[in-house]
Amino acid sequence: MSTELETLIGRPWRRPPLIRRVWLRWLLGIGGAVYLVAAIASIEVDWARVWIGLDRGAQFVLAFTNPDFMSRWSDIWAGMLESIVMTVAASVVGIAISIPIGLGAASNLAPVPVYLICRGIIALSRALQEIIVAILLVAIFGFGPLAGFLTLSFATIGFLSKLLAEDIESMDRSQAEAVRATGAGWWQWINYGVQPQVMPRLIGLSMYRIDINFRESAILGLVGAGGIGATLNTAFDRYEYDTAAAILILIIVIVMALEYLSGIVRARVQ
Amino acid sequence: MPVNNTPDGPVWRQRTQAQSLLHWAGWLLGTAVFVVCWQQISDATTWFFVWDAPRIAGDIWTRATPPRWEYIAQLGRPIWDTINIATLGTLLALFLAVPVAFLAARNTTPSALFVRPVALLVIVSTRSINSLIWALLLIAIIGPGVFAGIMAIAIRSIGFCAKLLYEAIEEIDQRQVEAITATGASRWQVMAYGIVPQIMPAFAGIAVFRWDINIRESTVLGLVGAGGIGLQLSSSLNTLAWPQVSLILLVILVAVVISEWVSAKIRGAII
Amino acid sequence: MLKLEQLEKTYRTGDKALTGIDLTVPDGQVLALIGPSGAGKSTLIRCINRLVEPTAGRVWLDDLELTRLSATGLRNARRQMGMIFQEYALVERLTVMENVLSGRLGYVGFWRSYLRRYPQADVDEAFRLLDRVGLLAMADKRADELSGGQRQRVGICRALIQNPKLLLVDEPTASLDPKTSRQIMRLICELCAERGLAAIINIHDVALAQRFVQRVVGLRAGSIAFDGAPDRLSPEVLTSIYGEEDWEATSQQAEDESEGAE
Repeated sequence: MSTELETLIGRPWRRPPLIRRVWLRWLLGIGGAVYLVAAIASIEVDWARVWIGLDRGAQFVLAFTNPDFMSRWSDIWAGMLESIVMTVAASVVGIAISIPIGLGAASNLAPVPVYLICRGIIALSRALQEIIVAILLVAIFGFGPLAGFLTLSFATIGFLSKLLAEDIESMDRSQAEAVRATGAGWWQWINYGVQPQVMPRLIGLSMYRIDINFRESAILGLVGAGGIGATLNTAFDRYEYDTAAAILILIIVIVMALEYLSGIVRARVQ
Repeated sequence: MPVNNTPDGPVWRQRTQAQSLLHWAGWLLGTAVFVVCWQQISDATTWFFVWDAPRIAGDIWTRATPPRWEYIAQLGRPIWDTINIATLGTLLALFLAVPVAFLAARNTTPSALFVRPVALLVIVSTRSINSLIWALLLIAIIGPGVFAGIMAIAIRSIGFCAKLLYEAIEEIDQRQVEAITATGASRWQVMAYGIVPQIMPAFAGIAVFRWDINIRESTVLGLVGAGGIGLQLSSSLNTLAWPQVSLILLVILVAVVISEWVSAKIRGAII
Repeated sequence: MLKLEQLEKTYRTGDKALTGIDLTVPDGQVLALIGPSGAGKSTLIRCINRLVEPTAGRVWLDDLELTRLSATGLRNARRQMGMIFQEYALVERLTVMENVLSGRLGYVGFWRSYLRRYPQADVDEAFRLLDRVGLLAMADKRADELSGGQRQRVGICRALIQNPKLLLVDEPTASLDPKTSRQIMRLICELCAERGLAAIINIHDVALAQRFVQRVVGLRAGSIAFDGAPDRLSPEVLTSIYGEEDWEATSQQAEDESEGAE
């Protein structure tokens, strides 16, 4: 028996802590607890109001078992159609613009000034919440689906260009070099050396973005930028839960269908 | 290999005649759909406003600058509320997402036939609906305020977190689970020793990622009355107080950038 | 004593992994199970502790019929069978000590194990075992910081701390270099001798098996093709297990390689 072992036998064993520095551990622990207490204490909940509301909540849940598609069908239909139209148009335009910006934002392809401009556009698009962009665009272009279309296109650019640029930056260099070695021009190089490598992921991401765009289009109506959101808002305001439930069910079904479709497409391109 | 037979001999083609036709038909159909959609949008647009847009944008810009800096004194509480909505909402969502994820993962669900579809339904329905819509709904039920905002963020995040988490659970190394089972461990012990340590990094990553998104979302929840800085934004917009609007937008921008930085730091430390 | 009677396993895909295996392993005997990939070696040892449910047949450990046990009974029976895995199967994000102590999970309650408050006797035993395999200094390292040979030693400790009657060992050397393979095999056999444990060792390295065990069982397509002392493994016998191959040359070469590495 080694002396090291002798010193350990009979001693209790504790797991080594995740954070080794004692003061940091206590600081984080106490700080977290203090924050939680302060945060929870600062929430004002009107429990009487909540209690009354539970009844309405139950009504809403029940409405899902008996959704009313018919009484406002024309509003629902028009809103849904507008949402889908906005989604399609914004996805097409957004993806089309994302590709050159994504190429420009890839540090292994683009010269520094182009890189900085493209990264700037991406950062701006990602930092601005869709709904805020929609508010500004509604103020500028007036109510209607054009503002929604522009919002979604703009948001698509931030999302897709960033991921595309990251994908290009992490691609296999040797394949691209092999094409360059044949004496290909810049466009040929992109077409043969880069495009085949990033295409499957680009298609997958585009499908995912279409899905997101549809979900977002459902709220743009709240600020007047077109789509089903306005109808939904009216339904909530009038406490027509059965109509609201019908709209929500439609949204869920369409999102599920889109997810299923994008699963198929992604499986095929990969 | 598709070839064209010409008088001068076969010429290589990328696609056969039929493939090529199908290819073009696809593009044509896609273009047609896009044109129809654009037509719809265009019909619903008052083009006069659009031509007038540069002037209006310039007008808004002159009114919004400079921001009303002293207004920031009134934004302390709304910012605090916004952070709380995001943080508490995320915590609540994680708390609820963990059991849902375990019920939805193929290798841990108690019943693939009955329980798993229910868990998946919870995931897809909470994920499909934006937090603003959840907020609208909750405000109708429990009244406006921070509490509705927290609940809206929490509900929206359940599906998101549970989806990523159950995918992580399905990807664990099954041999480690087998080894713990072979020691005679109970079901819960197998979970605590065989599964939980393996998904911990994914869990932490998801939590931070979602927190970052929730900071963004909670900044606008106030637009429908669910508390936070969005309330100030909404009232400033309604009174056309553009200098306040620009200040609030700046604050939101800073908050988003900081939260992105924090979450990138934490994720870097975990992985 | 472990006894297998007419053990059969047919997978849901229709693959017959085991067809009517009869086998008796007396106390303290170390047995090597050899055979080509897909012969059912892994399935056989997993049917013993029922990580894989056998389709038919019976397994007895002393007077206990393992194949008839309820979930709780099985849990208790598994404590008596330590298992060592191919590629170690340690919980990589836990420390070495936690991995060793996880061998006691069958004996302690959930909260005790969750809070890592194991009885002092278990902690002492874990330290003794780590000292025995030469890893005492590594106790608080995370398992994924260890080398392959070190990880397999931790795996051995985890199996031994269960205080088992029987060791089930699944390809312990499959991902180790020749020298470490020998060290691990020697360690397993020494520990079995020290504690009077019976062991079933799945192994595809015939030369290694011959060197360390008292008995070899050859499995081919789910049934026993050879059962006897290691020195009776002639080229003809190997051909009957694995199929035609120049056995003299391969086993000779394997010997040379591992000698050179040592």
